[in-house]
Amino acid sequence: MEGNASRAEHGIGLMDTAMEQVPAIEAIGVTKVYGHGQTEVIALNDVTLRVARGEVVALLGPSGAGKSTLLTAMALINPPTSGQIIIGGELVMDGEDAKIDLRTFRRKHLGFVFQKANLIPFLTALENVQVALEINDTPAHAARERAMYLLDHLGIGDRAGNLPDALSGGQQQRVAVARALANNPSLILADEPTAALDSHRGRQVMELFAQVAHESNAGVIVVTHDVRALEVFDRIVEMEDGRLLAPSEHTGAGTH
Amino acid sequence: MNLAVRDIRHNFSRFAFTTVGIGLLLMVVMGMAGIYRGLIFEATLLVDRIGADLWVVQGNTRGPFAELSRIPVNLEDRVRALPEVIRARRFVNHSIQREHHGKPLRLMVQGLAWPDDKGEWVSLVAGRPLGQAHFEMVADRSLGLALGEQVTFGKDVYRVVGLTTGMSGIAGDGLAFFTVSDAMAIQFDTPSEAIRLERAARLARTGNQDFGRAQPLLLERAGGASSGISELPQPQVSAILVSLNPSADVNKIISTLSTWSDVTVYTAQQQRDLLLSGTVDKSRRQLGLFSVLLIIISTIIIALIMYTLTLDKIHDIALLKLIGARNRVIVSLILQQALIMGAFGYGLAWWLGQYLFPYFPRRVMLETPDLIKLAMITVLISMLASLLGIWKAMRVEPNTVLA
Repeated sequence: MEGNASRAEHGIGLMDTAMEQVPAIEAIGVTKVYGHGQTEVIALNDVTLRVARGEVVALLGPSGAGKSTLLTAMALINPPTSGQIIIGGELVMDGEDAKIDLRTFRRKHLGFVFQKANLIPFLTALENVQVALEINDTPAHAARERAMYLLDHLGIGDRAGNLPDALSGGQQQRVAVARALANNPSLILADEPTAALDSHRGRQVMELFAQVAHESNAGVIVVTHDVRALEVFDRIVEMEDGRLLAPSEHTGAGTH
Repeated sequence: MNLAVRDIRHNFSRFAFTTVGIGLLLMVVMGMAGIYRGLIFEATLLVDRIGADLWVVQGNTRGPFAELSRIPVNLEDRVRALPEVIRARRFVNHSIQREHHGKPLRLMVQGLAWPDDKGEWVSLVAGRPLGQAHFEMVADRSLGLALGEQVTFGKDVYRVVGLTTGMSGIAGDGLAFFTVSDAMAIQFDTPSEAIRLERAARLARTGNQDFGRAQPLLLERAGGASSGISELPQPQVSAILVSLNPSADVNKIISTLSTWSDVTVYTAQQQRDLLLSGTVDKSRRQLGLFSVLLIIISTIIIALIMYTLTLDKIHDIALLKLIGARNRVIVSLILQQALIMGAFGYGLAWWLGQYLFPYFPRRVMLETPDLIKLAMITVLISMLASLLGIWKAMRVEPNTVLA
């Protein structure tokens, strides 16, 4: 692992103090309703959630609780029926109205990790990370350097030239994490990232999230069913029937 | 990073097979254009090379290439008598089919006005031009005859003394050059039995007439050779080719010839235009329509292939949109693949054509302007074909990744 100077050089952990005070994301009174009349389903009911920069939050709850709906709303790919989403202090969604170009915003400020790694099958591990940088206008050479740095940082630099098919599930998920971190996002959203992994690999990935969140000062929200590695989270939020429950007895590592 | 190239590299075998299919289609389109050019070349070969300034043909006809034209051979002397005419030649040209070594031999007989025209304008690849008034021939290589080989036409045997290449007639049959008298002998060859029957019929007809009964010598002549009966018409030719003094006033000579009501006169260019607007025009339209249909079919096939390739990548496209890729990144991925496919297909079509077209029974001529035109059409249809895939890609929602 390289030192702080090297991480700073590659864009990790650079954040001015003023920005550190601003939450990574605020979801205020977010409601999501599907269908009309008798078929109406309230997936999210007046949900308010704030996640600070550098904070790692687990979102728990049974199936149908609204976790993924909340995550996709915060990922700006599923607009809420009402409520506001503020990312990095900027009002992004006000109800169904997008206040900015969402795709550009996602490119610059958000990172995503899913249950499946969702790597592009015709690109190598290195190129899967590099592509996220290049579409954000990073010159090819610099993108390649940073992608290689991230893969090294996540311990899979030696597999950089391999196609996803040739990587194990854990290695693929690390590539996905590297891709999520590529553009130094202020918020990383993960939807059951350990579901396809064994407990050891799952714990490694969760620890990885905690590590990168703290190093890069990004907010991390992880939707999970996996209660075996909850201690790595700073905060645990539970959902049921589209609402956030009151804070439970679960507590994470609690560094923030 | 070029996503299109990386995807192609990853799915190389499928891309290669698809490109081969498109290449074969484009080769057929290329071949159609080549056949059309070959058709024009073959149709106009004689008119262009025979070196006549004027064509004198049967009155009120459009010449031997458009319809039957019959004029008496002595017209050659009438034309030659005109001022500024430096040469007048009989034009005899007809197709025949014979059996040679057990195989059908189809050729176009072209008469050369020996001794004025020994065929100097025919480019030989072996042997020599005609060296005597009878029983020699110069044959195109496509006829499969060897130098020195002897072939029987009618009652005479002809020896191949020279070989040409690329000389074929309007129907695509190889040309064979004979002296005009030999060409006419081949054209008017009649079986011996038919000659005997004709002489017997003449004898009978004359014998039934009073003057025939009164003049025994007449009966003797009627039962003899046709050439000995001056009352019978002379053999006819298709046209008279006229060469003029370079300083001659062509219009003046045409106006003089136009006063002869038994003939019609055309310049070489008019004869060429008549050829192209008549016989070749329908073939041109036919080939053109086939080409258009093939281009439409190629476009549809490329479009369907691009659509299928896009469907295969729909998840990756959704992911690219989710991580913020601009539309131009996605459009470029699909468009570049369509263009690469079109370009490689075109290259393959050209390369294959170089090897296959020479084996086609008709001449296929690939000309640079046609190749450039087809290249531009290929680019255009590739772009058009990618629209379906692009349309599908633009409709993909980023949250499809989560499905």
